[in-house]
Amino acid sequence: MGIVNITKSYDADFVRQVEEESGQDLALCYQCGNCTAGCPYTFAYDYPVSKIMRLAQAGQKETVLKSKSLWLCATCESCTTRCPNNIDVAHIMDVLRHMARREGYAPVPTVKKFWDSFLDSVENNGRVFEVGLLAAYIAKTGRFWTDLDLGPKILPTGKMHFKPHQIQGKEEIAKIFKRYKEGSRK
Amino acid sequence: MSDSLKFAYYPGCSGTGTSMEYDMSTRAVCRELGITLTDIPDWSCCGSTPAHTVDHTLSCALSARNLQLVENMKMDTAITPCPSCLTNLKTAERRMKDDDMRDKANKLLDNPYKGGVTTKSVLQILVEDLGLDALKNKTVRPLKGLKVAAYYGCIMNRPPEVMNFDDPEHPMAMDNIMTALGATVLPFPLKVECCGASFGIPRKDVVMNLSGKLLDAADDLGVDALVTACPLCQMNLDLRQSQINSATDAKHNIPIFYYTQLMGLALGMNEKELGMNKLCVSPRKAINAIGSENK
Ligand code: SF4
Ligand code: SF4
Repeated sequence: MGIVNITKSYDADFVRQVEEESGQDLALCYQCGNCTAGCPYTFAYDYPVSKIMRLAQAGQKETVLKSKSLWLCATCESCTTRCPNNIDVAHIMDVLRHMARREGYAPVPTVKKFWDSFLDSVENNGRVFEVGLLAAYIAKTGRFWTDLDLGPKILPTGKMHFKPHQIQGKEEIAKIFKRYKEGSRK
Repeated sequence: MSDSLKFAYYPGCSGTGTSMEYDMSTRAVCRELGITLTDIPDWSCCGSTPAHTVDHTLSCALSARNLQLVENMKMDTAITPCPSCLTNLKTAERRMKDDDMRDKANKLLDNPYKGGVTTKSVLQILVEDLGLDALKNKTVRPLKGLKVAAYYGCIMNRPPEVMNFDDPEHPMAMDNIMTALGATVLPFPLKVECCGASFGIPRKDVVMNLSGKLLDAADDLGVDALVTACPLCQMNLDLRQSQINSATDAKHNIPIFYYTQLMGLALGMNEKELGMNKLCVSPRKAINAIGSENK
């Protein structure tokens, strides 16, 4: 964790934008650390969630949006449930991820690629097609499947389907994505 | 039983695949208890976590398409077994009450959603609409002798303002169901901790660490089995248990049941119907413990 020079890099627009998109008042955070104490992912984060809150408050746009923590947050809602000031912290994490995406940051590429593959699967099939999702993820990351040992466990259960479920509303779902993408390009 | 126990049913994508035994046992148990489930015709994916990490309007629209289908069915309550689907549907249910959000999300849909559908978990309607007494009365094979702990995972009850059911830190619905069925329920200290969620593929180390702690805690308690209500929790703890053993140098051998599977056993159903053969860690030892107290 580097040292940040707050006075030099305070970005008021960023603070306003986070507050607007999340509907939360960042100034309410008094750094009690309750969110971090309950966050199961602190061990994997570069900045614990209360630090993300502090950095956001201090308008440290780049440090926040580059943070790995945003991509490792599982939205477990522990922080939101336990914040004494009723700040919806998990929602802020979500909004920061949206901003990071828009600015092109993806410091944990495997997570982003997994989520993208998931949504591609929904866009193409209307429902998630698990085997297809795995194949797409492997293709996107160029990583060999690290779960080969699970094959012999899951295949005999007959739970993995090798063809997607076709739903009638498939086109409707594809249109949701199309309209969304058109709207966000404007 | 009355007409009131009729619901629109949302199985969720994993219910048609990796958690099919949850879907099977949920349907079987509801049938046995006189609860009528009507599948939402042509339901689609709620978008799960990936959608809300991209955009809230997109996420809302993917869920709202399903709520709109429930409106078409002229029904007002939809239920789902999966906490992840539930969170998305409930969040959409709430956000779509805001005029601005409803306008934006409806612009993405072919058929706009008017609002007014309520979503609940199957667990919630079993406890609140059916009730534990009705469940006790139908029990033909009490789970006596079986020591279980209930693991809820992180989002079944959180955040409380959205989920509106049970206690966000100490939920008791599954504990109470298991007690009503005659099992010995041990208090599980990590009942709402996260299992590592969907990071099994992109960041396996995270799941090994978090689910590993859950299995350690379960073994420390001396349980015969854990019961869960979440497909992701079940998959991380059951399918990945052998990986966790290798990664953490442990020797866990704990069956991970969906609570509906054990309910089904207590209601006298057969194992096949409940998908017991689809579990990775063998449930045999735990099932054999049932009734051992009386022998
Ligand atoms: S729990 Fe709330 S007030 Fe405390 S540090 Fe976290 S966000 Fe700030
Ligand atoms: S929602 Fe994210 S930041 Fe909050 S406690 Fe859970 S993992 Fe941590």
